[in-house]
Amino acid sequence: MNIDESAVLERPVIKKKQDTRIRQGKLASKVITLAHGGGGKAMRDLIDDVFIEAFSNPVLNTLEDQARFELSDLAKLGDRLAMTTDSYVIDPIFFPGGDIGKLAICGTVNDLAVGGAKPLYLTCSMIIEEGMKVDTLRQIVKSMADTAKAAGVQIVTGDTKVVERGSCDKIFINTAGIGVIHQHFKLGANKAQAHDRILVNGFLGDHGAAILDARGDMNLESPIESDCAPLQDLIQILLKAAPNTRFIRDATRGGIASVLNEIAASSQCGIEINETSTPIRTEVKGFCEILGLDPLYLANEGKLVMIIPEDESEAALAALLSHPLGVDSADIGVVLEHGRVGRVHMKTSFGGKRIVDMLVGEQLPRIC
Amino acid sequence: MKYVDEFRDPDKARTLLKEINQIAADLTDKLKRPVYIMEVCGGHTHSIFRYGIENMLPASIELIHGPGCPVCVLPMGRVDDCVAIAEQNNVIFTTFGDAMRVPGSKKSLLQSKADGADVRMVYSPLDALSIAKKNPDKEVVFFGLGFETTMPSTALTVLKAEEQGIHNFSLFCNHITIIPTIKAVLDSPGLQLDGFLGPGHVSMVIGNQPYDFIAEHYHRPVVVAGFEPLDILQSLWMVLKQLTAGEARIENQYNRIVPDNGNAQALKAISQVFELREFFEWRGLGSIDHSGVQLTEAYAAFDAEKKFIVPAVTIADPKSCQCGEVLKGAIKPWECKVFGKACTPEIPLGALMVSSEGACAAYYQFGGDRIDAIEVAEKTLEVIA
Repeated sequence: MNIDESAVLERPVIKKKQDTRIRQGKLASKVITLAHGGGGKAMRDLIDDVFIEAFSNPVLNTLEDQARFELSDLAKLGDRLAMTTDSYVIDPIFFPGGDIGKLAICGTVNDLAVGGAKPLYLTCSMIIEEGMKVDTLRQIVKSMADTAKAAGVQIVTGDTKVVERGSCDKIFINTAGIGVIHQHFKLGANKAQAHDRILVNGFLGDHGAAILDARGDMNLESPIESDCAPLQDLIQILLKAAPNTRFIRDATRGGIASVLNEIAASSQCGIEINETSTPIRTEVKGFCEILGLDPLYLANEGKLVMIIPEDESEAALAALLSHPLGVDSADIGVVLEHGRVGRVHMKTSFGGKRIVDMLVGEQLPRIC
Repeated sequence: MKYVDEFRDPDKARTLLKEINQIAADLTDKLKRPVYIMEVCGGHTHSIFRYGIENMLPASIELIHGPGCPVCVLPMGRVDDCVAIAEQNNVIFTTFGDAMRVPGSKKSLLQSKADGADVRMVYSPLDALSIAKKNPDKEVVFFGLGFETTMPSTALTVLKAEEQGIHNFSLFCNHITIIPTIKAVLDSPGLQLDGFLGPGHVSMVIGNQPYDFIAEHYHRPVVVAGFEPLDILQSLWMVLKQLTAGEARIENQYNRIVPDNGNAQALKAISQVFELREFFEWRGLGSIDHSGVQLTEAYAAFDAEKKFIVPAVTIADPKSCQCGEVLKGAIKPWECKVFGKACTPEIPLGALMVSSEGACAAYYQFGGDRIDAIEVAEKTLEVIA
């Protein structure tokens, strides 16, 4: 198997005219008002002073109604485009380990990367509740810019709407993204085979626990941090070490339980995981014990579930462990040869066996 | 994790299971049928499934999942009353999360919230009181629910509301008591039951003495049990030991938490604000005398049933629903006609499918009949070996 590494890892050079616009707008107000979404001067000032200022790149700076790409440049990276979109409505918008801006980049970058794509370009669409402080918005936008830089993607087009107080909660962000998939990678939820190993890249449930904690109900002494992180580099390293990887998914809402169930259903197989080898932080375990939650269903924002052929799994695990975002990676289970189709079960550390089903509704705490 | 891992030690479990297997085998030889043991509390049901305990036990022991899930025994009429209160103008209706999805005759609180009612999930009645303080122009109602376990915190909240003069707070009281319920189960005709795992958290409040009648009049052993998997195995072992010796006593396995006389302060708060109702309607079990409590006359100002007009109509359980038989252990969850078909955790028909402590939801989600009999047998052999 030969992958042209330079093609996978390099970014296409966009042959664009140099930025000919002179940035003019300067935001006078300290607070976002309906005028900032009105299409007039206030909106231009907001775009210039906040968004262009932070996201600046040749494609965006032309301020056309659409971003334009050379197909020939994209084609050098692979044979398929990947496209995805996600909306971010998290509450609270700032939390230990991240904020809505960082999340809006990581989530979309990861959705592209898990398909084997190299993420390239993102859109950024914001719905802002009037009354938001400009400084808060700047903080979110800066976080987006920093994360985009770290993830090697550019924000190339966007949209801003401001709505009346109460019509949305502070800020909602939508990001869509495109990336290119190298011809070699053919990942799919339906590709798991008997004896494949199931890997994760670290502690599970941190994000869900961090957000619940940040809502202030528990007042923990040491707050749990979200694992929110862009994973494109980790995935590229993994795919180099285990080029026949069957499937990768970031285990966001619904946790790893939901991802595993999806794989079991799509691949028509049974899956077994081991509680003892499943990495969960003591703090998160304790948090779940108190609230009656199950960490397998808690959301992650920087964790992957990977299905790897048995003969590549050791190399895959070693590669993951070598990356800062994979130092706590673990092999947690196996695709069964004679398992009940569509069923995921866990060998409990206690020695029993339980079914890990899809989550129903939201994970509600028990009352006694 | 300290104070947790010690109670989940697989080596100790293996040792206990070997003994349990042996004793249970001897007992079934004598009885010519399996040993039937009921865990009264929904918390136990949840643990049993979460740790896969049922599949570790030999076929000679059958666990019967009892009525101790307060969400599950809530009748439709009471949910309708909740919805009626929640949908009145100017009301903030607060509830524990589990109760949100319990079906009423028309809708659940979750649906009512989607329709515009201000329904909020809280972790403690004190949260509801804080909401009342922050919203003095609103009427804040707390949906009080649960056995003696949650009763003290509700009672203290009412006392606090009175002390602080928070009069926009009220309680929709659906607290129920465990003893009449166990009695109702014991009195049901055709009951096959050899012993009980007693409810650990309820006992933490009421102590062990209230169970004496079970040993004295019904001659069944009760072992008050903790909620960790080893607690449950040890308690089962203790029940089996009593049965083998032909004894019927009240034993306390959970003595690290449960004092023999209960919690005096909690009991005082309960008796201060609550009095027994003449009867209370249970889903699946019908009306049971003296099985529910209400606020006393002195605290009537905090009683949502007096503050608001509620329909208070008794709604019959759906005909196809066999929650009652399941609760009494007469049938297994999967033997119910609608289990997994018309009644699933997504669209629950009966309340046993709603809460994770409900026997049906536990079976549906964590295994039960869905783990093949063969797998169970294999597992048992593996464990014994």
